[in-house]
Amino acid sequence: MLEITNLHAGIDGKEILNGLSLSIRPGEVHAIMGPNGSGKSTLANVLAGRPRYEVTKGEVLFEGKNLLDMPAEERAREGVFLAMQYPVEIPGVNNIYFLKAAINAVRKHRGEEELDAMEFLQMAREKMKVVELDEAFMNRGVNEGFSGGEKKRNEIFQMAVLDPKLAILDETDSGLDIDALRIVAQGVNTLRTEKHSVLVITHYQRLLRYLVPDFVHVLANGRIVKSGGKELAEELEQKGYEWLDPVATSKDAEVA
Amino acid sequence: MTNAIATLREEAAERFAQLGWPTPRIEEWRYTNLSPLLKIDWRADDAPTFVNSPESLAGKAALELVFINGRFAQRTGDTRFGEAADVRIGDWERNRMVALNYANEQDGARIDIPANTVVEGFIHLLFLGRGDGVWSHPRNVITVGSNAQVTIVETYAGSGNYFTNAVTEIDAQDGARVDHYKIQREAREAFHTGNIYIREARAANVTSRSIALGGAIARTETHVTLDGEGASVTLDGLFVGSGHQHLDALTVVDHVKPHCDSTQLYKGVLDQNARGVFDGRIIVRPFAQKTQSRQENRNLLLSETAIVDSKPNLEIHNDDVKCSHGSTIGQIDQEALFYLRSRGIDGDEARQLLVHAFAGEIVDRMKIEPVREQVGRALGLGSGPNG
Repeated sequence: MLEITNLHAGIDGKEILNGLSLSIRPGEVHAIMGPNGSGKSTLANVLAGRPRYEVTKGEVLFEGKNLLDMPAEERAREGVFLAMQYPVEIPGVNNIYFLKAAINAVRKHRGEEELDAMEFLQMAREKMKVVELDEAFMNRGVNEGFSGGEKKRNEIFQMAVLDPKLAILDETDSGLDIDALRIVAQGVNTLRTEKHSVLVITHYQRLLRYLVPDFVHVLANGRIVKSGGKELAEELEQKGYEWLDPVATSKDAEVA
Repeated sequence: MTNAIATLREEAAERFAQLGWPTPRIEEWRYTNLSPLLKIDWRADDAPTFVNSPESLAGKAALELVFINGRFAQRTGDTRFGEAADVRIGDWERNRMVALNYANEQDGARIDIPANTVVEGFIHLLFLGRGDGVWSHPRNVITVGSNAQVTIVETYAGSGNYFTNAVTEIDAQDGARVDHYKIQREAREAFHTGNIYIREARAANVTSRSIALGGAIARTETHVTLDGEGASVTLDGLFVGSGHQHLDALTVVDHVKPHCDSTQLYKGVLDQNARGVFDGRIIVRPFAQKTQSRQENRNLLLSETAIVDSKPNLEIHNDDVKCSHGSTIGQIDQEALFYLRSRGIDGDEARQLLVHAFAGEIVDRMKIEPVREQVGRALGLGSGPNG
């Protein structure tokens, strides 16, 4: 589904990803872990097409198509979803209106019929329950006045509505208490099928207790330095990152 | 025409001849140059032909008066009002465009709302300009008696290279409540200068919302005199320009008496090569203690070549006041734009959503539904979450 080969990318002329390769097949959950500054969020942003990030070398194929050639909205319509680390507040853009426009843009792209207001509301209500988000939130501005946890739950709610093939969770666990963490993981788990893939980017292992990955990769200094199964996450939790590649991680700490 | 009016007309003509057309050398006209108007030999059209207009709100308004090229053309609605006395609040001796209007004054609404009368719905005054080289000078006088309530909507629209120079004078007596709207949707080739003069007596409460969307060069001045204790005024403004449009908004709020309250929020959205101007002046007289005054001007520039000049200024002549003013000029929030696009929304549509969110704050505050809808449609706003 996703094929990243020798990816070099950065921001403002500074190279952060330094030859990253990764392959994700349908139905798989991959976790990327690593110290601050290792390039985790850069990877997420490059995949989602955030402006200012530049790819200098390498290739990213999504279902065989060149992902890097697509504008952000097209990536979303193709089925890539980024749950953001810092969801932005957009006062004046109504949550429901925004999400209906988004789902219909995606459906139109897939050749499906657009949802009318009733169909959409019915579907949205069901998905809202999964992340235990109050309906009252839906008539506010996008993320307007939401707490940190509510914003993250709103990301997962949007994900559930848009039903992406590949969901990328960028530090979705940061700033969440244990209950919110469980709700978020539960939301993601309902989406897990043999057709859906998830890329979880996190600093800590705690989210992975609820959202058990098939593969864990350690990112340091802009490339993957170690890959393994879910037990690797536990090992990292106990030993930290230093034991893996002292040169890479310490150099990295300086950058961070 | 009575002698007094004839005399005033002559005096105003004389005054305009002395003062001449405004030029950017005058401080209040620093950013707006009317020289393109001087190249045209304007003529009045005293027998315009009537045409129906999509801007008409007949049937929705309690009363609609339509004026074409400054001449009264049609009345719809049964509601009858008294005729206002010829109150002159406009400062024709100093304001050149008011002098020009008084000198060439044509028809306009003369409405008197008697004391303690509450007018249900709203009164619509529709001014249509037609034809190249035609100028019009409509003048409206609205007197609102003690504790009376009324909503007045002025719409300016048309087609061609015409010029509207309007004056509206509103006299709000003790405790009167006036909700006033000015929707400027002139043709893109047209010129518009408008002066609104509002005088408020004790505990009067006036809201004036000024929406400017049309015109090649268009300017609306709103002059408010808070001339009675406890009077309050709210001025909302929105100007949305593109192409080579030049949209100018000037406000003057004069706190003459104590315990008065004024609030202003003007927003500008400028795209392509459009230019916007906001000049907001607040005067607090020595005797006007306990004045509360807020003024905010926020602008959104959508292109590298759009310009806005924002000039808030306070003149405070006593120290027992609470005044604040602020002005911002920004661009589309790139983070917000990416957020919307990352959910599949097209870049242009996402940009539109953000512009509407910005402008929507002013539109949503408009209480008259047909007017709010009409402005919303003109801005290309969606009909909301369920539409």
